[in-house]
Amino acid sequence: MTHWLFHLRSAPLSARIGLALIGIYAILALFAPLIAPYGEAEVAGAAYQPWVAPFYLGTDALGRDVMSRLIYGARNTVGIALITTCLAFLIGTALGLLAATVGGWVDTVLSRLIDVLMAIPSLIFALLILTITGASATALVLVIAVLDSTRVFRLSRAVAQGILTMDYIEVARMRGEGLGWIIRREILPNASAPLIAEFGLRFCFVFLFISALSFLGLGLQPPTADWGSMVRESARLISFANFATWQTATFGLAPLLPATAIAILTVAVNLVVDWVLHLSSGLKD
Amino acid sequence: MASKLSPIPKLVLRRLAIGALTLIVVSAVIFWAVELLPGSIATEILGQSATPETIAAFNAQFGLNDPPLWRYVAWLGNAVQGDFGQSLATRRPITDLIGDRAFNTFFLAAYAAVIAVPVSILLGLIAALYRGSLLDRWISSSTLAVISFPEFFVAYILILIFAVQLGWFPSLAGVTPTMGLAERLTVSFLPALTMVLIVTAHMMRMTRAAIVNLLALPYIEMAELKGMKRWRIIAIHALPNAVAPIVTVVALNLAYLIVGVVLVEVVFVYPGLGQLLVDSVAKRDMPVVQAACLIFAATYILLNLVADVIGILSNPRLLHPR
Repeated sequence: MTHWLFHLRSAPLSARIGLALIGIYAILALFAPLIAPYGEAEVAGAAYQPWVAPFYLGTDALGRDVMSRLIYGARNTVGIALITTCLAFLIGTALGLLAATVGGWVDTVLSRLIDVLMAIPSLIFALLILTITGASATALVLVIAVLDSTRVFRLSRAVAQGILTMDYIEVARMRGEGLGWIIRREILPNASAPLIAEFGLRFCFVFLFISALSFLGLGLQPPTADWGSMVRESARLISFANFATWQTATFGLAPLLPATAIAILTVAVNLVVDWVLHLSSGLKD
Repeated sequence: MASKLSPIPKLVLRRLAIGALTLIVVSAVIFWAVELLPGSIATEILGQSATPETIAAFNAQFGLNDPPLWRYVAWLGNAVQGDFGQSLATRRPITDLIGDRAFNTFFLAAYAAVIAVPVSILLGLIAALYRGSLLDRWISSSTLAVISFPEFFVAYILILIFAVQLGWFPSLAGVTPTMGLAERLTVSFLPALTMVLIVTAHMMRMTRAAIVNLLALPYIEMAELKGMKRWRIIAIHALPNAVAPIVTVVALNLAYLIVGVVLVEVVFVYPGLGQLLVDSVAKRDMPVVQAACLIFAATYILLNLVADVIGILSNPRLLHPR
């Protein structure tokens, strides 16, 4: 860890901006109940209030405070995306490293299975499975984690195969180390850099994917505050955007607020991932 | 003299066989995914209050008493002939629901592709030839933006500018079968533009990478050292070898377009297959979902197949085996 902290001092401006933005989102998500002026599903006032105190970003169709819902959305949307990405990595790297290390029929069976899963576009596959399970947070996390683990599997398998040709693996095998030791102590530390960068990219993908499904009404269910569903609920308002007065302008911009929250976070993560990739590829210019 | 024969037919046949196998396996996955449903389709549709008699009648009507393998073969056989069975929600033949919508979806994807493909290949080429220029830097930052923005964000910004503020195009793309071509193109312009913006960034970046890799090869350097003109190097030496990577890039992005169309159709309330799929998922109308998934997945697999076959055919190294 100190390795990365050391590099932080020489991080380019873009990576610093990205890290700062991620930090702000993290604080909002962690301390949502303390920061948000109203509750997540609390009806705080009349419907469609303008952007003035005490509703700094107005209220929605049910009179809920939009700013509070945006803050809680950070907790719900980002939290679910993070859990999903972690699960996808757990499945993907475990199977990928296993397939590469054991080889033989285990590798063949797993690889062919992953090929079939990847031949179906993930959005289509997710819609198919959600029809069967019904839309719920658990189903969402499991479906997306399994679909996303296919990409992680491919990457970790390829990285591990490169590492397995090294002499120190041969030495460890001759020493009589078991499968678990070789995966944990020899392969994993050497595969960490590309996997960390991939984690960032996968998180962005999962986050956009969950937002898209919520936007379609098939993701997180109301009254949970979630950015994708917030765009869906306020989508029609955009046709009333009119820049003649402050009040009408802010009214029509309602669907863009949660959409911007999504866009900024993904840009921030991408900026940091670019920097990590740059560091781990060893380019020094 | 079998070894002197070109390996191309063998490679193409092998790829086609793999493609056909993938299609069959994927259709089986789509069909059998429903079998995992807890409980039966009959109780799911008829509700908890269904009597054993109504369930038996339902099963008989939809042929649910036959063995699964037999039902799969029958389903696939009918689907290939364009008969997808009956919708559970509306009790209408699915072919009626899908016909116009499938046409609309492919029309929209083709509309976006016709604009996006030439523009992005041209810009990608220019960016690769003038590396480090203003255009090149603009391309890498726009790709970052497009990868990060959700499709609906791009769509709503376009609606805000072109539909609400300028009033040039309608914000809802409600095309009807009786519309003329000109009107249809105007009405569906904003959804097409959304997809063009998303796909162009990817295609430009991938084209650029393919060409940059090519220009770094020794034989291009040799041509430069001979004193050949720059455009001749590009036209005679670089382009024939660039066809395969560029076609692959195009086909991959067309496959992406076919899937990306789902979200865009919902934003613009465009009467296409994607909209039908999302509605049917919400209603849990299995046969319609299966039919739509099968069409989307098959198109996706076929486009990938075409990309690979053209890649094999256009590889100059395979023309003259040693």
